[in-house]
Amino acid sequence: MSRRAWNLVQIGATALLVTFLLLPVAALALTLGWRDFLAGIRHPLLAPALRLSLTTSSSSLMLVVVLGSLVAWWVARHRGPLARAIETVTQLPAVIPPAVAGVGLLLAFGRRGLVGAFLAREGYGLAFTTPAVVLAEAFVSAPFFIQAAIAAFRRVDENLLIVARTLGATPFRTFVRVALPLSAPTLIAGAAMSWARSLGEFGATLLFAGNLTGRTQTLPLAVYTAMETDLRAAQALALIMVVVAFAVLLVLRRMAREALGA
Amino acid sequence: MTAFASIAAAELVVFAASSLRDAFEELGRRFESSQPAAKVVFNFAGSQELRTQIEHGAGADVFASADGGQLRPLEAAGLIDAPRIFARNEPVIVVPAGNPAGIGGLQDLPRAQRIVLGAPEVPIGSYALRILDAASALYGPAFAKAVGAHVASRELNVRQVLAKVRLGEADAAIVYRTDALAARDTVEAISIPRQVNALAEYPIAALRGARDPAMARAFVELVLSPGGRAILSRFGFQ
Repeated sequence: MSRRAWNLVQIGATALLVTFLLLPVAALALTLGWRDFLAGIRHPLLAPALRLSLTTSSSSLMLVVVLGSLVAWWVARHRGPLARAIETVTQLPAVIPPAVAGVGLLLAFGRRGLVGAFLAREGYGLAFTTPAVVLAEAFVSAPFFIQAAIAAFRRVDENLLIVARTLGATPFRTFVRVALPLSAPTLIAGAAMSWARSLGEFGATLLFAGNLTGRTQTLPLAVYTAMETDLRAAQALALIMVVVAFAVLLVLRRMAREALGA
Repeated sequence: MTAFASIAAAELVVFAASSLRDAFEELGRRFESSQPAAKVVFNFAGSQELRTQIEHGAGADVFASADGGQLRPLEAAGLIDAPRIFARNEPVIVVPAGNPAGIGGLQDLPRAQRIVLGAPEVPIGSYALRILDAASALYGPAFAKAVGAHVASRELNVRQVLAKVRLGEADAAIVYRTDALAARDTVEAISIPRQVNALAEYPIAALRGARDPAMARAFVELVLSPGGRAILSRFGFQ
C-alpha cells in the first residue's frame, strides 16, 4: 500500500469510528431543548442520585485502587502458575454480563447467599444497602484498574528497584517511592477507566442493591426510572451524567499528564 | 428489544406487558394453530418502555398494555385502533413460602422487615401507592409510614419485584395475582381487602400500521373471545 493510501485508510477509519462514537452522545444533547435540560436539573430524582453516584463511585474507586495496586504489584513481580491464575481471576468480572454479576452477588451476599446467610444470622444485611452499590461497582470496575496496574508495574525497570534496595530502602518504601511514581500516569488512566465504569454501572446494582431513591438509586438507575414516565427527563438526566463524567475524566487526564511531566 | 428488523410477511409482532408473558405465550400458540401460516413473535417489557418503542417506530402489530395511560397518547396520535379492555388483574401481597414473617393480611405488612414494591413510575408501583394510601384511611395514618420505612427497593417491573421474594431477599411484596400464581411453588399470595384494592385494567389494540392489519385484528379478537378469556383466567386474570 502506498503511503498516501495508508494515510487515507487511517483518516477514513478515524472519521468513521469517531462519528459513530460521538453521534449518540451528540443526539442526546442536540435533540434536547434548554427548557427540558433545565427541567432535568430540577428533576426530583437528580440530586439524590448524583450525590449517591459520586460517593459510591469514589468509594469503589478507593477500594479498587488500594487493593488492586497491591494485587497488581504482586502479580507483576511474580512468574508462575499462581500469579497467572490470579491475573485471570481479576479479569473475570469483565466478561460476565453485569446483570448476571448482580445475581452472583445476590447469591453470594444475599440473605440466603453463600456468605450472606451467615451474615444474616449475625444480623447483618448487605443486599439493598448503599454498601451493596459500592460492592457492585467495585466488582465490575476492578478489572479495568488492575489490568492497567499490572501492565504499568511490569514496565518498571528492575534495575531501579535493585538500586533503591541497595541504598537501604525497604521493599515497601521501594514500592511507594519508586514503583508508584514511575507508574503514576498509567495508574491514573486505569483509575479513570475504572471510575467511569463504576459511574455507568447499572445491571449489577439494580439486581444486588435494588432501586431506592437516596439509598441505592444511582444516576443510571435514576435515568432508567425516569424513562418509565418521561423520556425527555431521562435524556436530561443522562446528559447531566455525561457532563459530570466528562469533567471528572478531564481532571484525571490532566493529573496523568502532570504525573508524566514530573 | 427483539424482533424489530426484517420480519417475514406472516409474522405477527405482539408487544405485551411483562405480566402477560405466560398467558400470551399460550395465546400465541393457540393463534398459530388456528392460522398455520402465522408466526407470533413477542416483545415483553414494561408498558411504558413498549409505548416509547412504538412511538419511536418499533414495528409492532399489536400492543397489549398493563395500563390504559400508555395507550391514550398512541390513540390520540392515530397510531392504534380504539383500545379494548381484555383483562383485569388484582394486586396481592406475596410472601416467601412458609410465610416466615407471619403476615396474615394487609394490616400485618409493617411486620415484614424488608418490603419490595414497584417504582411509582410503573403501574404495579402506582397501584401499591394507591393501596397503601387507602389502607392508611382504614388502619390509621401511621400505616403507610410504617410500610414505607421497611421498603428496601422500588423495582422497575413486576417480575423483578416478584424475583426478590422468590430469592428470599424480600419478606413481602405487592405484585399481581397472575405473578403470584406463576410462582406458586416458591411464594404464597395473600389477598388485599376489596375496599382498598385497585384492579389493573389491561387494554389491547391493533396498530394502524400493522404489516397485516387483518391478522393483527384477528389476534385481538382471539384475545377477547371466550376461548381467549378462558386462557387468561387460567393464568389468574379476571
